[in-house]
Amino acid sequence: MPAKRRRSWAGWQFVAPFMAVFALVFLAPIAYSVYLSLFRNRLIGGNAFVGLANYRQALADSQFWSALGRVSLFLVVQVPIMLVIALLVALAVDSGRLYGKSFFRVSIFLPYAVPAVVATLMWGFIYGARFGLIGNLNDALGVTLPDPLSPGLVLASIGNIVTWEFLGYNMLIFYSALRVVPSSLYESARIDGAGELRVIASIKLPALRGALVIATIFSVIGSFQLFNEPSILKSLAPNAITTYFTPNLYAYSLSFSGQQYNYSATVAIVMGVITMVIAYAVQLRGTRER
Amino acid sequence: MRQRRSLVLTLLTALAGAYSLIPLAWLVINATKTQPGLFSSFGLWFDDGHFALWDNIRQTLTYDDGIFLRWLANTLLYVVAGAGGATFLAVLAGYGLAKFDFPGKRGVFATVIGAVAVPGTALAVPTFLMFSRMGLTDTPWSVIIPSLITPFGLYLMWTFTAEAIPDEIIEAARVDGAGEFRTFFRIGVPLLGPGIVTVLLFSMVATWNNYFLPLIMLKDPDWYPLTLGLNAWNAQAATAGGDVVFNLVITGSLLTILPLLAAFLLLQRYWQSGLAAGSVKQ
Repeated sequence: MPAKRRRSWAGWQFVAPFMAVFALVFLAPIAYSVYLSLFRNRLIGGNAFVGLANYRQALADSQFWSALGRVSLFLVVQVPIMLVIALLVALAVDSGRLYGKSFFRVSIFLPYAVPAVVATLMWGFIYGARFGLIGNLNDALGVTLPDPLSPGLVLASIGNIVTWEFLGYNMLIFYSALRVVPSSLYESARIDGAGELRVIASIKLPALRGALVIATIFSVIGSFQLFNEPSILKSLAPNAITTYFTPNLYAYSLSFSGQQYNYSATVAIVMGVITMVIAYAVQLRGTRER
Repeated sequence: MRQRRSLVLTLLTALAGAYSLIPLAWLVINATKTQPGLFSSFGLWFDDGHFALWDNIRQTLTYDDGIFLRWLANTLLYVVAGAGGATFLAVLAGYGLAKFDFPGKRGVFATVIGAVAVPGTALAVPTFLMFSRMGLTDTPWSVIIPSLITPFGLYLMWTFTAEAIPDEIIEAARVDGAGEFRTFFRIGVPLLGPGIVTVLLFSMVATWNNYFLPLIMLKDPDWYPLTLGLNAWNAQAATAGGDVVFNLVITGSLLTILPLLAAFLLLQRYWQSGLAAGSVKQ
């Protein structure tokens, strides 16, 4: 923190434009959705204040719970797999023992620049039995592989798409955190005779702690918000993906095919609160022992 | 620090590299096939004797009266106005937060950090309802305005500015009688290069790849960005009597990702140092 700085309103000149737009696209919609969630549109009587009735309905809604269960399963399986692979790749790239390290760093990151729509369509085609690689393998080997777009496998297939999109992004977050470790630390470790694994365990992993917390929080938010991939895959796998496949897909269908705006806002708020609580818990746990 | 290179480690990392690149290779290869060729040839190799890439590109650009070019123009509009505006606001506010002490600063910090945890899609329905009351839905504004805020960009610019601009330089400019904005543009901005490029690049990706927001805001295909348009072409195959144009979906997808891949490759040096600086203060 810089030393003595005069406290004045001058800083607001720079912050005000951001905060004005922020209020319009973040604060106002949050306030508006809280308002919406307390009302209900009835055929008779029109818009009526119902208190917490929408929240009671959401907590007893089996479709909402099944959606939440699905993204929670996604969270506990896909996120650790993706983050561990990203961590291993970052350690490998940082180790200085790779041939062509910048090639790997850039090519593994590239999928991040691919829109979710394109990534999903591409993988959707690849999964397809008609002209995808799965179809090719079936023809070539004379076997019938399980269909990645069947109801039992579609969540795993989505997990693969998301892993593909964000592996390199997370790798880069970890890699950037490793770059700022002063090399004098490594030298003194070497003088002490510490081996590669020992350096990773006692220097690199502790240095990655902050980056791991950030990456985990982003991934928690991403998992709970899952929408694009299942929504786009729906046209290729109509039977496997229901309208309440994820909480967001459910909120979307409630609004735009069901016109149930009040209930949709309630579902969105409940999900927002759950996400914030979990993100906060991750942050507390991650920074506790510092 | 010279280390011995390891072949085994390289091969293991190459697995992750192959995983990342093979789907992109699939896309490039299949963009060279005709619609029937897609079904009759092996996915990871070219269709012998039919190299239809140029033909596919021509068809993609002219199909349905050249709607793809219209979508491209829309996307460019959303990226220039949305990502450009988002970067400008984040740089300005990041500088304000890093270099000034002002009443309410803690409140700004708490609000913005809290907002990062709010799922963006949770805001979408109320934003849609608000915008439809204001008559903004189905106009470019409905896509541009929400793109103007990037809490991640603000956070990055804040930490970057704190590192990159010494307080003494600003103090010296003030002593010389320069106004705050003059100081910011003349002295601050030139020192913030890598940070600005990083935020710009990441907000460009976010707006170029945006799908959910335009999906709910826009009805008129004339205002679609590329992502919505490609999805519409793909969905066409599932509707009865719809024209099946998988070859155009694939070629269009390739054309959609090329500009961003090029930007990332060309600007590597900037964004990599920008990200590294952002991670100092975690």
